[in-house]
Amino acid sequence: MAQPMSKATRHVSINEGLLFEQSAPGKRGMELPPLDVPPVDAGAALGPEFARRAVEHFPEVSEIEVIRHFTRLSTWNYAIDLGMYPLGSCTMKYNPRVNEFVARLEGLATEHPLQPIELSQGCLRILRALEGVLEEVTGMDAVTLQPCAGAQGEYAGIAIIRAYLADRGNPRKKVLVPDSAHGTNPATAATAGYEVVNIRSDANGRIDLAHLAEYATEDVAALMVTNPNTVGIFEQDIARAAEILHGRGALLYMDGANMNALAGITRPGDFGVDVMHMNLHKTFSTPHGGGGPGAGPVAVKKHFEPFLPFPVLVEKDGALAWDSHRPKSIGRLRAFCGNFGVLVRALAYALAYGPGMVEATRDAVLNANYIRKKLEDVYDLPYRQPSMHEVVFSDARQKKNGVNTVDIAKRLIDYGFHPYTTAFPLIVPGALMIEPTESESRRELDLFVEAMRSIAVEAAETPELVKTAPHSTRVGRLDEVGAARKPVLRWTPPQ
Amino acid sequence: MRYLPKSDAEREALLAELGLASMDELFASIPEPFRLKRPLHVPGPLSEKEIIDYFRARAAENAAGYTSFLGAGVYNHLRSVAADALLQRGEFLTSYTPYQAEISQGTLQAIFEFQTLMCQLTGQEVANASMYDGSTATAEAALMAVRISGRKRLVVSRALHPEYRQVLTTYAAHMDLPIAEAPFDARSGQTDLDALRGTLDQATAAVILQSPNFLGVLEAVPRAGEITRGSGALLVTAVAEALSLGAVRAPAEADIVAMETQSLGLPPSFGGPFAGVIATREKYVRNMPGRLAGQTTDAQGRRGFVLTLATREQHIRREKATSNICTNEALCALAVTMHLALLGKEGLREMAAQNLAKARYALGELEKLSGVRRAFSGPFFNEMAVEFPVSVRMINQHLLREKIIGPLPLGPYYPEQTKRGLLCVTETHSRGEIDRLVAATARALAALGRESREAMPAEAKR
Repeated sequence: MAQPMSKATRHVSINEGLLFEQSAPGKRGMELPPLDVPPVDAGAALGPEFARRAVEHFPEVSEIEVIRHFTRLSTWNYAIDLGMYPLGSCTMKYNPRVNEFVARLEGLATEHPLQPIELSQGCLRILRALEGVLEEVTGMDAVTLQPCAGAQGEYAGIAIIRAYLADRGNPRKKVLVPDSAHGTNPATAATAGYEVVNIRSDANGRIDLAHLAEYATEDVAALMVTNPNTVGIFEQDIARAAEILHGRGALLYMDGANMNALAGITRPGDFGVDVMHMNLHKTFSTPHGGGGPGAGPVAVKKHFEPFLPFPVLVEKDGALAWDSHRPKSIGRLRAFCGNFGVLVRALAYALAYGPGMVEATRDAVLNANYIRKKLEDVYDLPYRQPSMHEVVFSDARQKKNGVNTVDIAKRLIDYGFHPYTTAFPLIVPGALMIEPTESESRRELDLFVEAMRSIAVEAAETPELVKTAPHSTRVGRLDEVGAARKPVLRWTPPQ
Repeated sequence: MRYLPKSDAEREALLAELGLASMDELFASIPEPFRLKRPLHVPGPLSEKEIIDYFRARAAENAAGYTSFLGAGVYNHLRSVAADALLQRGEFLTSYTPYQAEISQGTLQAIFEFQTLMCQLTGQEVANASMYDGSTATAEAALMAVRISGRKRLVVSRALHPEYRQVLTTYAAHMDLPIAEAPFDARSGQTDLDALRGTLDQATAAVILQSPNFLGVLEAVPRAGEITRGSGALLVTAVAEALSLGAVRAPAEADIVAMETQSLGLPPSFGGPFAGVIATREKYVRNMPGRLAGQTTDAQGRRGFVLTLATREQHIRREKATSNICTNEALCALAVTMHLALLGKEGLREMAAQNLAKARYALGELEKLSGVRRAFSGPFFNEMAVEFPVSVRMINQHLLREKIIGPLPLGPYYPEQTKRGLLCVTETHSRGEIDRLVAATARALAALGRESREAMPAEAKR
């Protein structure tokens, strides 16, 4: 028997084919003002070698069809705007609408990155203001806003470390990455030309200091550590880890993906971190948008400043300007000056809270601990250290009935929630990684707890119901193996 | 605080459930010496009205009211408000990467449509969704060619966007990939293919060029492809002005296309966020970085879409992944999909044709001025290097007084080209605006001519 559900009721979902399947010659969804200069023939202007008549099979649909198409597609998505989205380590918090409004203002969205600097002072002042906020929140000395996402921030950070060490004579060969780290950490270290050495966590899910001391040899450039780590636990020995590394000439890189647990409470710059990045699409509320855009600013201590990617924002004669003449810089990370529109949204978020950002941090940690308290009697809690912004359970108890974390996650969909993060971190077999953020009301938290407890009952009494979930969605579990074996990656016209 | 959905009483109740007396106790695991004992020194808090006022004030310090003729990798084109209205639906805006396929079919189907549109535009067989922008897509395409060929050397056209070249240099440095430069022909503005042939060797992994290139000139991609493959290397073609593909032959002969999609529905936004894309041949798909949506079915045979070929990606392969990219530019790719759906086959062709016409009208009018001419003879789309009798910087100072942002000076990028500027004319420029640019340029040239005559020594004036 399925348990009663407080949050969700099923409703009609409208079918919708692919854009290309609705196309008919002659339809269009946008008209241009008439050409007010003499027309030219493309063939004549470009020559037969370069001219193109039309893009074959490009869609031809009307405006109302486009509106319905994407509106219908949108209803097939879950979103923060619909309810709790407890993806661990993703910080799915409310994305304020005023942020969207200001990012679209005439004079901001319309500006060209290469326009004269004296006509760009407004944009540059926004960037400088955000740098100031991030310097204060992290306790670091300088910030670059160039990186487009967390992974590019990591890349910039490790490249800065490499350049700094090279400048002192030896870039070294290895980067240490804990086994609990995000996949981007080892991938980044490899992209930056380092050999990756995995170090294990201790019985409490934290960095094993003895192991670190053993591995922090003369050819180690840095340790990349996430704090709070991916088990949601604060790395209490982080200052000690920094000492060990610094004693061997190595550096401490912090992945700031989980800054939502720290803002206003403690600052990485105060506990020994040399270089770090943040994800503005997590802590600073810029929308995830189905996978980006994000922004991954990097914050550094003073002595790493010469190595920041260029251009660097500087003040010259009372005005702001870009400095691209940076002989020690790691180079340019991307064209132009970062994901400006995302940075605007992040500053709007920071301005809304001001110093009150700490209240968001407190509520985020409060919510995670409330969920932990309400579920720890029915789900296995492998690490019992105090939780910060997220709590990680395992499916150990449910597995006895053949129900795993993915099954529970899929069943959560039927209850009207987005699943938590499944099967990560890797150090917790069958992990349920739950991050509620500060954006959940007590009512939403209680509904989530009710759903999770109900699924625990189902897992024991009617495991098949959970193992075959979800039961309420447009499509059931999809054949991922088939999708990868014979990839169909684009629509092709019927033969 | 308006974003926080709890009353103080509710907070107290939750704390009581946890057996805690204060919020501070939640943070007991943070060693005392590291706890911040003062409020953050940051501006705010601001109400919604104050936030809007702050950003309006900043917007007023920019170039509002100016007519701009800048391109160089960021293009202003008409966009329908319908696309932006759709884009702001919370179900698209506030969802995560679609790992949970059953409740992400909207995003996944749209990604599949984006991939299809990109294949159609570029003439390639597969396209990802997405890379950060055109510059990083170009760098990642080069790294992809290195993986495929097993070689390390890169040959880069000097007519590739200078900032793209800088990004490539950054990424190549950490992989110890040597970079050689191929010159462009001084007359045509196209990459010099004979010189290119001379730079290729058995160590060359890829040739990287851009079309239209930074100077606005279309490259002979089919021949460049032949020459490149002749040495066993791959041809990477960057496209920074993607609208050109509505009028210009697709770079189907490239092995990898690295495209910036900004000009297909995204605002300039001071340089980002944009969306890059990598498109390539099917046989290279497992070497491609970035997200891919694939079509599949559920147990009942219903069509659905999933993220696929994830074994290339960092969350599965960690240090052996094809790239460290995770968060990409999905919402920008969706905006592009919406824009292209509205524009459609005929709209795309018409918009591209309007660009051809407006750019040629502007050039024709400018060339009526003495000493003004296009710098290169190769075919172009909507952007051209224009040579003036005096420095572009000095002309621009005059134009700015008439609220016109004139051509981008090429001197900082190509030191031999101080009297040349890159001018971009699109369908957004009215004939009146183009005429105003030409008239203002004429006045600038006249004033600069007077100034230089007055600056001459007396005996030379005779």
